[in-house]
Amino acid sequence: MFGRSTTIEKPRSFFMKNPSVFIFIAALSVITVVTTLLSEALGLGLLSTSFIKLLGKTLCLCLIAIAMDLVWGYCGILSLGHFAFFGLGGYMIGMWLMYERTKDIVINSLSSQVLPPTPIEIQDAIGTQIFGVVGGSEIPAIWFFADSLSAQLALVVLVPGLLALLFGWLAFRSRVTGVYLSILTQAMTLALALYLFQNDSGLRGNNGLSGLQNIPGLEEIPQSFISIWFLWGSALALGLGYLLAAWVVSGKFGNIIRGIRDDEARVRFLGYPVETYKLFIFTLTAVIAAVAGALYYPQAGIVNPVELAPIASIYLAVWVAIGGRGRLYGAVIGAALVSLLSSAFTGGQVPDLPLGFVLLQWVDWWTVFLGFGFVLVTLYAPQGLGGLVDRFIRNGGYK
Amino acid sequence: MSALLEVDGISVAFDGYKAINDLSFSINEGELRAVIGPNGAGKTTFMDIVTGKTRPDSGKVEWGRPTRNLLRMSESEIAKLGIGRKFQRPTVFENQSVQDNLVLSLRKQRGPVSALLYRPSRTDLKKVEELAEEIGLEQRLHRNARELSHGHKQWLEIGMLLAQDPQLLLVDEPAAGMTLAERERTTDLLKRMAGERAVVVVEHDMDFVRRLNCRVTVLHEGAVLAEGSLDFVTSNQSVIEVYLGR
Amino acid sequence: MRQLVFCLLSVVFLIITDLTPAAARNLQAVLMENLKSIERPSRRTVGDTIENLFNSGVDGVPRFLQKWRDKKVWLLKENKTLFYGSDKRGDIELIHIVTGKVLGSFSSRAAKQIKPNSGVRSVIDSALVRFQLSDPDPKVRGTALQTLERNADAKQLKPLRDSVASETDLSLKARKKRLERLLTISFGQSIPERVIAIKHFEGDVGIDLRAALNPLLSTTTIVAAELPKDKNIARQLQIGIDISKAEAHAKLASRGLAPQPLVKSARDAAIIANAADGKVEGVALGALNTEAAREKIYRTLVNAGKAAPFLNPRGLEDLLQKYIFFEIYTEPDPRITDAALNGLTSINAAVNLNQALDLGLDALSLASIYFLAAIGLAITFGVMRVINMAHGEFIMMGAYTGYLVQQLIPNYTISIVIALPLAFAVTFAAGVILERLVIRHLMHRPLETLLATFGISIALQQLAKNMFGTQAVPLTAPSWLDGSLIFNDIVSISYIRIAIFFLAAAFCLLLLYILRRTRLGLEVRAVTQNPLMASSMGINPDRINMLTFGLGSGIAGIAGVAIGLFAQVSSELGANYIVQSFMTVVVGGVGSIVGTLAGAGMIGSLQKVIEWFNPSNTLAAQTYMIIFVIIFIQFRPRGIIAIKGRAAEE
Repeated sequence: MFGRSTTIEKPRSFFMKNPSVFIFIAALSVITVVTTLLSEALGLGLLSTSFIKLLGKTLCLCLIAIAMDLVWGYCGILSLGHFAFFGLGGYMIGMWLMYERTKDIVINSLSSQVLPPTPIEIQDAIGTQIFGVVGGSEIPAIWFFADSLSAQLALVVLVPGLLALLFGWLAFRSRVTGVYLSILTQAMTLALALYLFQNDSGLRGNNGLSGLQNIPGLEEIPQSFISIWFLWGSALALGLGYLLAAWVVSGKFGNIIRGIRDDEARVRFLGYPVETYKLFIFTLTAVIAAVAGALYYPQAGIVNPVELAPIASIYLAVWVAIGGRGRLYGAVIGAALVSLLSSAFTGGQVPDLPLGFVLLQWVDWWTVFLGFGFVLVTLYAPQGLGGLVDRFIRNGGYK
Repeated sequence: MSALLEVDGISVAFDGYKAINDLSFSINEGELRAVIGPNGAGKTTFMDIVTGKTRPDSGKVEWGRPTRNLLRMSESEIAKLGIGRKFQRPTVFENQSVQDNLVLSLRKQRGPVSALLYRPSRTDLKKVEELAEEIGLEQRLHRNARELSHGHKQWLEIGMLLAQDPQLLLVDEPAAGMTLAERERTTDLLKRMAGERAVVVVEHDMDFVRRLNCRVTVLHEGAVLAEGSLDFVTSNQSVIEVYLGR
Repeated sequence: MRQLVFCLLSVVFLIITDLTPAAARNLQAVLMENLKSIERPSRRTVGDTIENLFNSGVDGVPRFLQKWRDKKVWLLKENKTLFYGSDKRGDIELIHIVTGKVLGSFSSRAAKQIKPNSGVRSVIDSALVRFQLSDPDPKVRGTALQTLERNADAKQLKPLRDSVASETDLSLKARKKRLERLLTISFGQSIPERVIAIKHFEGDVGIDLRAALNPLLSTTTIVAAELPKDKNIARQLQIGIDISKAEAHAKLASRGLAPQPLVKSARDAAIIANAADGKVEGVALGALNTEAAREKIYRTLVNAGKAAPFLNPRGLEDLLQKYIFFEIYTEPDPRITDAALNGLTSINAAVNLNQALDLGLDALSLASIYFLAAIGLAITFGVMRVINMAHGEFIMMGAYTGYLVQQLIPNYTISIVIALPLAFAVTFAAGVILERLVIRHLMHRPLETLLATFGISIALQQLAKNMFGTQAVPLTAPSWLDGSLIFNDIVSISYIRIAIFFLAAAFCLLLLYILRRTRLGLEVRAVTQNPLMASSMGINPDRINMLTFGLGSGIAGIAGVAIGLFAQVSSELGANYIVQSFMTVVVGGVGSIVGTLAGAGMIGSLQKVIEWFNPSNTLAAQTYMIIFVIIFIQFRPRGIIAIKGRAAEE
């Protein structure tokens, strides 16, 4: 039908061309509303606060999966380091959360003194409170902006963004591609994790930043409400992220980055500065990942260097691969499904399976099945679950 | 007419093997030129150097008036100057429609931000339509490039080059794998293209070159062996030796 | 035994001749004089007691001390006399101390065993050392020397010196001479003697020497109006450079030359003490929420005489102008300190050189480990363009193979000899299976191979956890690999690391031989360069890929055994080495043995050098190393040994 049309079509609207965006936003809204209605805080109380938090966190993971899909599925850069940006985003917002809350606690405890506390006394007390665990009491220089929410929010975007810009510039400039690039991104996140592991990194070494679920100024409000607010925030961010990603890949830009994925040299000889495009998409996705992290860790309550270990970023690639890369909804499906299943199986929520001769303990065996299962997906369903969806739609439609 | 591209005394070696050896070459605006030579004569490496993929060890590559040094530029900058390149294997974006392939190639701002904000205008689509007609793919505008035949892919790639509106086209074995009818049509296409822009065709096939009816440069072991009309070079003794063996 | 007694006696005789001739008392009488402190010795008093015994000049003191130390002295209760006896319960045969006659058997109730505690015994030991130094048994002399080397005082210098000349054992003699010089440095009688002893050690790197020299240069910081003439001054301290203002102030205050520095807590306490009705000196306490406000109030309190005065910055500045701060040596003679200073300079130069050597050895050993871990990766990547993320788990598999072999074969030497080829076989098989089942089907999708092998990696790691537990298990090296090859106090390398170095070297040569001189190597190189062309020449690329992958994996197994020998075997063993292995391949250049060698050398030495600059922090060293690698590939994107030309352009 399309093949025969020779008349010039009027350029169609963005939503007309991307029906999946509609479906996705609708589904996301439904999930959010239903969850809210079943929550302890605002509804029937069928869903526990910890489950709401799990859902909220999963939405954040879906958001970083979209970022991963953009950079890998669409642009062909298999980054094994995007959790570095996710973690950094968490660290940046965590600095404000921890500092402000400690400040509140310190002012509260010092208020019983005869003399009102001086700024220096407050600073010293905060320093001891936060860094006592790594044997320090000085507040490091990198915490300079920790007192200001707007500054730390800006840093959530700026720090991972600049790191991605610098790393990407170095890597793409020297024309590192393919598995080489993957290894380098992996090395990047490892280097960052190892750096953060040190006690004198200024970010509390392997203790990380903790108590992030307590929002300064909102101490009176129970966690059940805060968890719902974060769920809404995460859902909004995911929706906007999906829209942004769909818009980015829908037009000529999307065609160019797909072109880079399929045939980098051709794009280059058409006159497009391939490195700039890669850098653009690498940095953009790093920022999306950072925003996802900044929403994730206040729900998780703690961010520490383990979160940045290379394995996390590889799992991210696994989610996107299982969900089906090159389709945004595939990334979302993969991230939600695999991360929820993993937390259910490794959290001991699934009953062990008696196999007659041996009791199959999911806590021990889930990772084994996931690993081999992933190999099977790569071998036999390279397009992932999203590919199955596509095939189903195509079989139902024309052809 | 003045020289559009002036290649002067370039040499390049890979691990001691001299792929290009003191090669000089020049082409004028609007000229059609065929480059022939046996395997390993340095045809593809020559194109790599002109398009910025490979840096020569020595020599100069200059472009246009006022002359600009191509050796300092990246592939994309050279492409933006107006040098288009067609690869030996047809390289089109197989996962995208013919229309998308052509829209992507239109001469527009190449930066990422302008690409993000770009939406094809009616004139752009009209232009794409015309190009598709030129390369005989107007019926397949909305097909995925993957579904095209080998020959159609070759034409699509040539169409993409035309959409770039280049001043010089480097075409590597455009007729490889084509049927006889397709070859004839390709010859016509290349001839039509020349005149408005300079075209360099690298070919193996003598019949194809004869049909182009243009000046011919023979490369051998990374250097120019002979240059002139096809009849002139085929009567050249050293060319005969190279092609037919001693 | 008789010989021993004779020898001891002769030594005692020598000592006696040195002392003022004593009255012809016998030992028993002297002991009776000191009975109280012998019966109930304490660590503090026993030294004096022993000196008393020696000074009395009677025979048999060393023998008595030895018996005393060994709890073989008994006090017969009826006549309060000391006898020798054996250290056991029941009936004891008492022997007369002077005559050596057997007195007869006594019940242990009739006599009391003298039991010096361990502190006392160690004092007796060191007193005995001087006799043991000339003991006919070289073992005894060696032990005695060792005791002295650990801890010696001035008194032992002379007996040591006297024993040197008669020493027959060459190595003992050298040790004695060295110790004699060391003791001379600390306890020598005359200044020139000590200076000569110090000079003799120039360029020596022994820890004992540094331990002898450093105390000579210990200093104390002094403040005074002017430099004293009679003191051995080390240096004058400049305020703000060598000593901070706060330290200088504290020093002045401790000498009573300035008021104590004002501590914030004392200041605040004074303010609170003088407050009444929420006000102090007319200012509300609530307004004192800055440091400046509190200081102002305190000054008012001082002026009103209600608080201790303190020194304001200008006052301190004036005081500091008046005094000078300097360090003086505890050692009063400048000739000694100068010699020690010069000695230490030359020693430090030698120490630095040796540390560099040691660093080189460490780097070499680390490099050989990285080489073993990375070479398999480099080969498979070079030939097949495939990164095997499960390579680390193959290393782990090799290590566990070694562990299992040791469970079955208790002899460590035999088990290692069996484990090496077995680990190779196991991982070779695992590699071939992986290649056949997975990698072959993903041949031209390198990124997907990377992910699929990652899936294998997490599955294998978890499997290992399920099978062997999360606890690390040991892989024990045979005893002939225990210990280190020690060149001096600084340069040493453990035999295990030497063995690993030779293992790595052997595999490097073997692989070079296979690739350059055998038919298989020729075919591998052909497939590396152009698989299509190779297959048209009658080479089966599938078979070559399979063998290559097996070979690469097999070496990973060998590396696992090697790493397991010095690190604990755990499911995370491989994961700990995988990123370094990747870095080695990236830096070295793909698919080249020499390149991997260079990469391993570079990564290994780099890591060691960074650790040297920042020894406390191996984490930071890895961070900086990775940053270095990222910068390095800016300049050599294809690694140290780059394949150029069309083959590399794809």
